[in-house]
Amino acid sequence: MLPLGLFVLWWMASKYGWSQSPLLVPPGKVWATAVEQTTSGQLWIGLRSSLWRDLAGFTIGASAGLLFGAAMGLSRLFENTIGPSFHTLKQISLFAWIPLISVWFGLGDTAKVAFLSLAAFFPVVLNTFEGIRSVPRESIEVARVFKFSRWQLLTKVVFPSALPSIFTGIHLGLVYAWLATLGAEYLLVSGKGIGNTMIDGREHFWMDLVLFGVIVVGLVGFSLTWIAGHVEARLLRWRGTSVAQF
Amino acid sequence: MAHAGTLTISNLSKQYEVKGEVLPVLKDITLTINPGEFVSIVGSSGCGKSTLLRLLIGLEEDYQGEILLDGGRIVGTSLERGIVFQEHRLFPWLSVEKNIGLGLLNAKVPEEEKRRSIQEHIELVGLSGFETAYPYQLSGGMAQRVAIARALVNRPEILLLDEPFGALDALTRAHLQQELHRIWQQESITMILVTHDVEEAIYLGDKVVVMEPRPGRVRRIVPVALAHPRDRAAYEFVRIKEDVMREFIGQPAEEVIEPPLRAHDAPSDRLPSTFRFAV
Repeated sequence: MLPLGLFVLWWMASKYGWSQSPLLVPPGKVWATAVEQTTSGQLWIGLRSSLWRDLAGFTIGASAGLLFGAAMGLSRLFENTIGPSFHTLKQISLFAWIPLISVWFGLGDTAKVAFLSLAAFFPVVLNTFEGIRSVPRESIEVARVFKFSRWQLLTKVVFPSALPSIFTGIHLGLVYAWLATLGAEYLLVSGKGIGNTMIDGREHFWMDLVLFGVIVVGLVGFSLTWIAGHVEARLLRWRGTSVAQF
Repeated sequence: MAHAGTLTISNLSKQYEVKGEVLPVLKDITLTINPGEFVSIVGSSGCGKSTLLRLLIGLEEDYQGEILLDGGRIVGTSLERGIVFQEHRLFPWLSVEKNIGLGLLNAKVPEEEKRRSIQEHIELVGLSGFETAYPYQLSGGMAQRVAIARALVNRPEILLLDEPFGALDALTRAHLQQELHRIWQQESITMILVTHDVEEAIYLGDKVVVMEPRPGRVRRIVPVALAHPRDRAAYEFVRIKEDVMREFIGQPAEEVIEPPLRAHDAPSDRLPSTFRFAV
């Protein structure tokens, strides 16, 4: 309801000329830009490179996070030696990495992918670790009663038990990676991407293009969350509740 | 495969160390349980009855004295001994049949026999038609039935039950007690039931071991020489119940009969059984 109300307000504001500010572009103009961007293929060029970087970074970051989190959850030695450094590093704001990353990897795709894999890495590590550590003692006792081997304990008890938490991490990683995709395009300005399209719009004061970009970014984020929610609900059917409720 | 074994417990003591202080939990328990026998162990909270069971299953070690099964010392857990906990402890991500199948994960029998055994045990606990249901779809009583099937599917010599019906409502509990009795007769294995419900102990047991707390000791062993099916309202039944109750609280029977609630529950941290309906 609220978005609809705002839209009507926006539409009326531009139609009746309540504001002469060039910041207020009529919805019709945004629509025209949308059509133009879509048909000319401009949108797809930007969106494709953004999404490609997003998925590459997310895949790298989430996989590394999964392994790292599992190692930290399963091995006290690993936790005691590497854990403290990890917990210190995770305190650093993600954007504080940008200068370092640009020195190491430049301003191109490699740097951007490195940045957003870092964004996906931290939540996946934390939630994987948390999930493994919170396997109930009661479940482990059942495994002992039935003489499970270490491998059976891991695959039949620890991993399934940690799965909901791991999914939370992956879900967060997906959201962070998408936010970081945009962040990377703002901060490491070079190349193409939906973020760069918006920067172009801002620099030329094409508010319609900026607004269109905002809408596209929102839609992509929404779709990613939606897909992740459905995959999760499908794989964790045994919980009896649907996580994806929109 | 299943040969009901003889369990011999002699001079068993167990203590925990809490902040450097030795806390005795069990002291000098001596008890013989014969093959195929049903033994109930009753006692108030803190008398170490659950610890005793955890020692028998092998989840707790480090004790003094001896626990022998058919002459061999019990070391760690074994597929010869099954257990049903107070909570069903099913794995929520597995269906009923897969949960039961876990009991056979390390059994050395062919796949086909495993499948047959799982099906038989689903029937044994009366859950045909629920093979593919997940734990969240089951009621408390049904989940506990699955836990019983999971413990029995490997055909252990001894089944240990740690207050298995404690969290169930009174009607379901009475029904499952009857079912457990039927299963015990059908499978003819040794069962040891730990409970704080005196009636349940007498209804099911060949003998009732009364334990007293701090440290946990055997106070008395009361034989129950009543024919099955037992009638809880029968004179003999009530007489044994009063007898056990008297041991329990160390008070004359007359005073116990007065309040109908189970008096022995009162000092414990558990809810009175009447409130457990809501659980």
